[in-house]
Amino acid sequence: MLHIKCPYCGMRSQNEFAYGGDASVTRPELNKEILDSEWDSFVYLRKSLKGKHLELWHHISGCRQWFKVQRDTSTHEIFKTLKPGESI
Amino acid sequence: MSQDFRLNNVGLINRDKKISFKFNGKSYFGYKGDTLASALIANGVHLIGRSFKYHRPRGFFGAGVDEPYAIVQLYRNNETDPNVRATEQELFEGLEAKSVNCWPNVNFDIGAINNFLNKFFPAGFYYKTFMWPKSFWYKVYEPFIRKAAGFGVASIKHDKERYEHKYEYCDLLITGSGPSGLASAYAAAKNGARVILAEDKPRFGGSLLTSEVNIGNQNGKEWAEKIITELKEMPNVIVKNRSQVFGYYDHNMLVMSERVNDHLPKSKKYSPKQRLWYIRAKEVVISSGSIERPLVFGNNDTPGVVLSSAAKEYLKVYGVLVGRNPLIFTNNDSGYETAIEFKKHGIWPIVLDTRSNPDSEIIDEAKRMGINIKFSYVIIAAKGYKKVKSAEIAKISQDKKDLGKIENVNCDCICVSGFWTPTIHLASQSGNKTKFNKEIDAFVPGQSKQEETTVGSANGVFTLEETLKTSFEIGHQLSKKITKNDNKVSVPTVVEKKSTVHDKFWCVPLPEGKKYKRFLDFQNDVAVTDVELALREGYRSIEHVKRYTTLGMATDQGKTSNLNGLQLVSNIENKIVPEVGHTTFRPPYTPVTIGAIVGREIGKHSKPTRKSSMHLWHEKNNAVFVDAGVWLRPRYYKQGNETLFEASKREATNVRKNVGVCDVTTLGKIDIKGPDVAEFLNRIYTNAWLKLPVGKARYGVMLREDGIVMDDGTTTRISENHYHMTTTTAQAANVLSHLEYYLQVVWPKLNVNVVSTTEQWAGAAIAGPKSRDVLQKLFPDINVSNEGLPFMGYVEGNLFGVYARIFRISFSGELAYEVNVESNNGNFMWEKIMEIGKEFEIQPYGTEALSTLRIEMGHVAGSELDGRTIPYDNSLEGLVSKKKDFIGKRSLSRLAFVAEDRQKVVGVVPLDKKTSIPEGSHLVKDAKAKLPNPKLGHVSASCWSVEYNNPFSLAILHDGKNMIGQKLYALSPLKNQSIPVEIVSSHYVDPKGERVRS
Ligand SMILES: [Zn+2]
Repeated sequence: MLHIKCPYCGMRSQNEFAYGGDASVTRPELNKEILDSEWDSFVYLRKSLKGKHLELWHHISGCRQWFKVQRDTSTHEIFKTLKPGESI
Repeated sequence: MSQDFRLNNVGLINRDKKISFKFNGKSYFGYKGDTLASALIANGVHLIGRSFKYHRPRGFFGAGVDEPYAIVQLYRNNETDPNVRATEQELFEGLEAKSVNCWPNVNFDIGAINNFLNKFFPAGFYYKTFMWPKSFWYKVYEPFIRKAAGFGVASIKHDKERYEHKYEYCDLLITGSGPSGLASAYAAAKNGARVILAEDKPRFGGSLLTSEVNIGNQNGKEWAEKIITELKEMPNVIVKNRSQVFGYYDHNMLVMSERVNDHLPKSKKYSPKQRLWYIRAKEVVISSGSIERPLVFGNNDTPGVVLSSAAKEYLKVYGVLVGRNPLIFTNNDSGYETAIEFKKHGIWPIVLDTRSNPDSEIIDEAKRMGINIKFSYVIIAAKGYKKVKSAEIAKISQDKKDLGKIENVNCDCICVSGFWTPTIHLASQSGNKTKFNKEIDAFVPGQSKQEETTVGSANGVFTLEETLKTSFEIGHQLSKKITKNDNKVSVPTVVEKKSTVHDKFWCVPLPEGKKYKRFLDFQNDVAVTDVELALREGYRSIEHVKRYTTLGMATDQGKTSNLNGLQLVSNIENKIVPEVGHTTFRPPYTPVTIGAIVGREIGKHSKPTRKSSMHLWHEKNNAVFVDAGVWLRPRYYKQGNETLFEASKREATNVRKNVGVCDVTTLGKIDIKGPDVAEFLNRIYTNAWLKLPVGKARYGVMLREDGIVMDDGTTTRISENHYHMTTTTAQAANVLSHLEYYLQVVWPKLNVNVVSTTEQWAGAAIAGPKSRDVLQKLFPDINVSNEGLPFMGYVEGNLFGVYARIFRISFSGELAYEVNVESNNGNFMWEKIMEIGKEFEIQPYGTEALSTLRIEMGHVAGSELDGRTIPYDNSLEGLVSKKKDFIGKRSLSRLAFVAEDRQKVVGVVPLDKKTSIPEGSHLVKDAKAKLPNPKLGHVSASCWSVEYNNPFSLAILHDGKNMIGQKLYALSPLKNQSIPVEIVSSHYVDPKGERVRS
């Protein structure tokens, strides 16, 4: 069970959290004209990488805040956690 | 009942407390402090079971966790546990155990025929033998395997025992209380660290309980007692016996199983049988010790062949002799320690040492005591079927290839020592890259991945002096890192006998013409020939060899067999062991009961049960409940002998004719506040939200980014910056997370707050032509006329002194209202509605009638919004704004979503107007077409239309728009039904929606 540092609450066990997908994906702005391929890659295409991955987690049984986690997908090492607005 | 094999005045058992127990129906006695194994051996019982494959007789091999043979079915307090190791089970008054794996009984075992047919049971025998002919599998092979193979029998009774989970944090978790564990725990605790010291056995001390050493001015056992006593008194230390740390998981989370009451006839009141500890440790010290390795020779699985360290433990801890005429077969000095213990108690052992001329303090002492030692000698085979009676021994040449003349020696037990294997399971589980240590012919922990350090013999250190020195140091260093303290304790002086190097030889060659089975894995009956065969058949990876031969599998996980298997593979393959590599160690290190894993989360407690504040009323009025997620909802209210069908028909009819009331508390409710709510809703929902006035509700549909409908519901504007959203019962939690995601991550600039208020409000839907009359009487001060409170209107009211919110919304398609009050007033509201509604013939209705009402109205719900449909499919395209952007809009222009013949919701009526169509039926053109019959759509929801008194269903149908009037078939292969149907509009009743606006 991972031990994750919520930027708002501190270190908590994984069972308080829900995984929320790739955090490096940005939603296209509303009302912006974009190519089908851009929309397609936003909705469907995700890297399945081995190594450092920036991802979203939701402190669902805690403060209910979404935040970013930089984690190694093969070792589970967590390097950093950030508030949604912060960048590495 | 004499105990022929019990010594007087030796051991740590309590001879004042006699304990009687039964094994295979026969009564015996032992003493408090015995294990089942030690008590049976004391009584001369050595035949415990039958082996897994060949059903060969099985006795005892070890004295603890590594035991591969002595597995019994245990009976305690009217419960039974399978696969209990007799070497670990402490004796208690009234204990009963039976052999497993033998039928009809341990002395006459039908499966033993396998032993004489063993050429038919080679490696991979399951894969080969039982493959052909196929028709034999169910009738012949499977029943035979089930009866004749396998270990114990799981109880099918409800387990009445309690199991608990506990979560704990500490600075240092120390796994094992041998010398290395005690030293590091003591050093760390004295340096202020929070320490948990876990010991698998009932007694602390590990090897100090059986070794002849001195630490400071005490013997090893006394020193261990002193340290434990001191640790127990320290407030920063938790000391646990009968507790096995069995799993090392990510981020230094370890799991430990504590056998709290297994050693007692029944569990103490308010105390669990077992407790599972989830321990998050800053540092882990692995002091799990080492396990003696077997030597491999002919018939080395015969009862009476035991590990030499186990023989010593039975003698020194339990005062029990595994035999009175022992042979000791060793390739290192450990065998001599056992020989010396025997000799001290008047037993004359013979030592066979594979080495030619070793020289050490221990060997010198054995010589001084006059023990018969034969150097360069090996055992070729054990003789005897149910117990060792003699052994064939011979001299072996320097190069270990040639055997001398075979001699027969009488003996009643053979104690083997093939040197030591460090217990690296936990280190390996943690991700540690283990490395091969040539000096000890075994793997030891290498580079750490997590915060873990291995000490003592688990790390390949076999002298006490070195073990204590390094363990004190490690305990100090690790605790210093955490506590920043620097209080050092002094390392005591050690007196121990020096030993010399072991012999790398471990597998005795077979003499010309002899075909003895030489076993590597004792639990799974894997012999040398099986591994040779696997390699001949082309298996190379050690992982494949393991699975093909079953070497190292089953409940002991190869604790005694792994390394010998690896050595054999490397010998045959002419590789060195590190190239062959070891198989992956996975948790659990020892079997853990399902009860302990599940803990308190059983039956009703496996998930929370949510009840509305009207639940008691429903119960009192004969509601039959249905699970809706974790909620309990009334499905129908039973009157007399009514069936579900009759009751729901009555309830639905009454809504259409008079008025009904339904508990809608379970709907998800989200309170939304802030100046930007309208803008937010406009982005979340597919329809327009910017102009919703205060006091009005609106129906909305929300999509996922891929265009699929996520949920639907109404949102009401309570005041300028305050909205109340409802979601479906099932999607309530997902919708909240969805809203939070967009507010926190995607559009953080929107000033909006959301909070779940599902449990804060109780809701009742009042539906039917007479609902306005009921509402008027409930709220005499409010103008509830069609003008005063129009469809989708909202007012607040006073319900006999209770604050209420009134929404004119409808799911049933009738004139309807939903009244919400604070949860604690829910029952009051409900009773008032029933009381006032009486004159209008009000009846409560459940989810079944609710479904009927919505289906015949063509209102889509969860069965249509199934995660595969877009708004068009549900005839909700009118709610999709063309002007504004919203979540998922871009996806709706996907080619498949705008196809001319896109699927759409339709109504389905059977041509005979009688046969109900099973939900899930496929709609096809030709009922008799060749399979696979092309599917045009599926029936999503079915009901008995109370309006037309015939069956009616909704379906999602290919090109649904152009299919109205078509005749198709509804096929249900599951129910073996083929029903001719007609496709009609999904809006079967009141297609213009006049009733809700009346
Ligand atoms: Zn948090």
